[in-house]
This record gives sequence, C-alpha cells and structure tokens, in this order.
Amino acid sequence: MTYTFGLDTFGDRNADADGKPLSHAQTIRNVAEEGVFAEQAGVDFFGIGEHHTEYFPMPAGDVVLAAIAARTERIRLGSAVTVLSSDDPVRVYQRYATLNAISGGRAEVILGRGSSIESFPLFGYDLADYEELFEEKATLFAELVKGGPVTWTGKTRAPLIGQDVVPHTESGPFPVWIGVGGNPQSVIRAARLGFSLALAIIGGPPARFAAYSQLFQRALEKFGHPPLPVMVHSPGHVAATDEQAKAEFWPRWRDIITLVAPERGFAIPTEESFDAETGPDGALYVGSPETVAQKIATNLRVLGASRFDLKYGMPGLTHEQLMTNIELYGGQVIPRVRDLLS
Amino acid sequence: MQPSRLAVLGAGHVGPVIARLAIKAGYPVAIATSGDPESLALITELMIPGAQPRWARDAVAEADIVVLALPLHRLGEIDPGLLNGKLVADAMNYWPAAEGVIEAFSRGGSSEIVARRLAGSTVVKALNHIGYHELEDRARPAGAPDRRAAAVAGDDHAAVATIARLVDGIGYDPVRLESLRAGRAIEPGGPVFGAVLPLDEFERAVRVGARSLA
Repeated sequence: MTYTFGLDTFGDRNADADGKPLSHAQTIRNVAEEGVFAEQAGVDFFGIGEHHTEYFPMPAGDVVLAAIAARTERIRLGSAVTVLSSDDPVRVYQRYATLNAISGGRAEVILGRGSSIESFPLFGYDLADYEELFEEKATLFAELVKGGPVTWTGKTRAPLIGQDVVPHTESGPFPVWIGVGGNPQSVIRAARLGFSLALAIIGGPPARFAAYSQLFQRALEKFGHPPLPVMVHSPGHVAATDEQAKAEFWPRWRDIITLVAPERGFAIPTEESFDAETGPDGALYVGSPETVAQKIATNLRVLGASRFDLKYGMPGLTHEQLMTNIELYGGQVIPRVRDLLS
Repeated sequence: MQPSRLAVLGAGHVGPVIARLAIKAGYPVAIATSGDPESLALITELMIPGAQPRWARDAVAEADIVVLALPLHRLGEIDPGLLNGKLVADAMNYWPAAEGVIEAFSRGGSSEIVARRLAGSTVVKALNHIGYHELEDRARPAGAPDRRAAAVAGDDHAAVATIARLVDGIGYDPVRLESLRAGRAIEPGGPVFGAVLPLDEFERAVRVGARSLA
C-alpha cells in the first residue's frame, strides 16, 4: 500500500512567546509560511479547514493555498474541510479547479462540516436544512468534478442545464474526500458518490472506526465503484519529547475545547482525560516523533487507511512551535511510520 | 418474562450506538430510518450485528419500547398515530447552538413538547445527555467502580422504571427524575449535558440544575 501523510490547519490564531495573540493577518501569513515549509520538510499534503471565528480566522483557505502553490512544486494542497452546505458547489469547484491549474494538478477537496456551524447564520442558511443541503450539494459536486456539461436540478440552488463550468481541468477529476465524524449514513453517501473517505477522529479510541472503514469498502462494491482510499484526520502536536509536547499542547487544548464545548457537546477536558486521549488508545497524537509515529502506524493498520493527516496547531501556540512540529513531523515522524509499515 | 423489544428510530450518530448497547444487554432490536430497510442492510450487518433493519411502521408495531434517535427537526415526519400506546424513550435534544433554532421547541422542555405531540404515547426522556461516542466507551456493568450515571425522566412511574432497567442494562446507574419537566435539567446547556459523571456527582449536579430551573 502507498501511504501519504498530510498536515491540516484551521488557521489557529498564533500567539507570541509571551502568550499575546498575533493579528489575524499575521496568523494567515504564518500559515502560508508553514505550508511552504511543510513541502521542504517532506510532507505530502497541506490542508486548510474553513472556519469563521476569532480564534480560527480562516474563511478563505483556498486563497492561502494559492499563495502556497506559487511557492512550492510538489506538495498537494486542499481544503480540510470545505463546508459545502453553506457554499455554492459551482463556486467551490471553480476555486479548487483554479487552484489545480495554478498548482499544476495538486488540488484536493475534503467536503464536510467538521463540528463547526458558524458559516450557517453567516451566509443565511438554516442548520435544520443541513442534511438536505449537504446531500444535494455533494451530489452536484460529484457531477461538477467529472468535467463536461452539467445538468442538475434541486431545491438548494438554481438548476443547471447542459452548463459548461470552467475552468476545465487538464488531467481529469481532482481527488475529493468526504469527512465523516461518526454517522454511518455519511459513509454510505461517500461511497455512493464515489468520493474517498476521511475519518475525523477527535476523541476516544480510534479502533472503533475500523467498522466505518469496512462499511465504506463494502458500500463501494455495492455501488460498483473501485476501492478508494481512507484517510484518518486527527489533532496532535509533535515536539522533541513527550513531556514538552504535552506541556505545550495541553493548556491550548483545554482552553479551546472548554470554549467550544457548549455548542458542540464536548466534555470539558481534564488532565486525566487528556492523558487518556494522548495515550495509546486515545485520539490525540501528542508527543515525541517516536510516540506519534508508533501511534500513526498502529492506527493506519487497524483502520485499513493509507493516508494520515495531522491537524497541527491550536490557538495560542506560537508560529515557532508549529514550525518545529512541522520539521519533526516531516523529517522524523513520516519516515519512521513508513519504516514501521514496510 | 420476555425481554422488551426495542425499535430504534434513526441510524445516524446516536441510533446505532443505542442499538448496539441494547443488543449487548440482551434486548431484541429493530432499527429504522425514514426510508427502505434495504438501505440499512450494510450498516446493520457491519456496525449493528444482531439488529433487524425494518420499515419504521413494522419496527414500531412489534416493539415494546420505541427509542427516538432522529434529529428533532424531523420528528414531524413521524405519524404520531403510529406510536399510539407505545412507551417512547426520547433520546433527542433541542440544541440550538449546535443544530439551529426550531421555533416550536424554543420554549419549555423538548421532551414535554414531544410528549404533547405524541399524545397517545408514554414519553420518557433518557439517553440524550451523554455524547454518542462516550455512551459506548463509558458503559460498564453494574457494580463496576468506574460506572457512570444516566438520567431517566418521566411522569409515568412504571414507564420510568422500564427505561431505567434499559439504562441499567446497557451500562449506567439510572437516576430517576420525577417528571418530564424535571428532565429539563439534563438538556443542552444544563449541568450534566455532555458530562459523564459517577452517581453521587451526577445527583448533586442535577439537583443544582433543578433548583436553577425552579
């Protein structure tokens, strides 16, 4: 199996060494630097997740990806994730097809929602319509990425009749994934549309997602599609030692989860729960390169996955800490995981 | 006595978890969505082994307990007549911060409103306040030192007792709240929503929550 390794960011707002938040603008410039550095460090993919908050000021990640594309040659670039339900599938296709052109065919898209919902009121959508919006728009998106004139009618946007949507791609469809958090019907939908599966695992034992991976492959067979890759996306932080990584990450993790817990139904983290999540059976990849590499290798095997994306950073970490994380991930973690899996 | 038969309505995040736990506890379980059971065949085979995928109408007709595990805004798609005479465990939440505002649920406890809509059913509020991942991870057999508590709220004592047995069976110490109204203490924004607490801490937190509602 060919394995690929990515880094994802939500544009987590940086702090300086004294803990003072940097501006949104500086954070965005830092993300561009981090993307360029990821290629130099040996990372295969760099993803930017759409968010619209004060602490994740990253609503237009595709613009940042274009800046990274202009300064890199090899690294693949994509969304992680695009909140398709509150966007126009035609525009999403056009932006990423443009990124694909600029980057010479390196664009990817991960569709989903994450657990963030702030784009719905911002763009005038009703969360109660989430399911219908996603179903219709994902179906249209599947038509758009095939290329050629598109005919589509639905309730959530204007119909298209034999519409040529530009720009055309040079070498066929770019990769599209659907991010899934735990709803088996979303797995079935990804298979039906012929998209790859991204398992967003942000809490609890990753092994429980093995059934989703099996469900995906069986559903692909049922719908007559060839096998497609499965990705694991999980948060983490790599530093020189386990102690240092945990000491840097824990207060930032605690603060952000405590902040978003009321609207996302997360439990407030404790040092005990953090230890469990960073341990061998937890969902967080926080530690030394060896610790993180062992955990990634184990879970890729258990989950039948060929791609791992580390969601690096957290609001309040410094740009320097993130650059060290990227250097260790690309230079030590990825080669070690490849060794372990070969 | 035959174990109660469960119909779980909803196969999203929550339904399959409750179905798996109930099967493990020895309950016969049917699961249904708004559509064809054929579309659930793979999901049940791989993720809920032992559960029967059914049309909702058939699953409910044969069930002693109906578990509502669908998004609250889709409740209107269920014909209340279908649930007449049934014991209904409402595991749904009205959670505007996460799922949007639903005008009809914006005042009062959500299960009280569900109970008014399902006037021919006996409604108990349960299995709504622990996250779906944790519900499975934190389940423990009776007597385990790290067992956690889960609330069962309702106006009908026999119905509450039946659902308390279910909650106990799937791995939690049941805490009975004396009315559906008291169940407001376990709703989103309340003191135990999303928290997974041992019995003593849970009872303390719920009492504090109930006082703030009074």
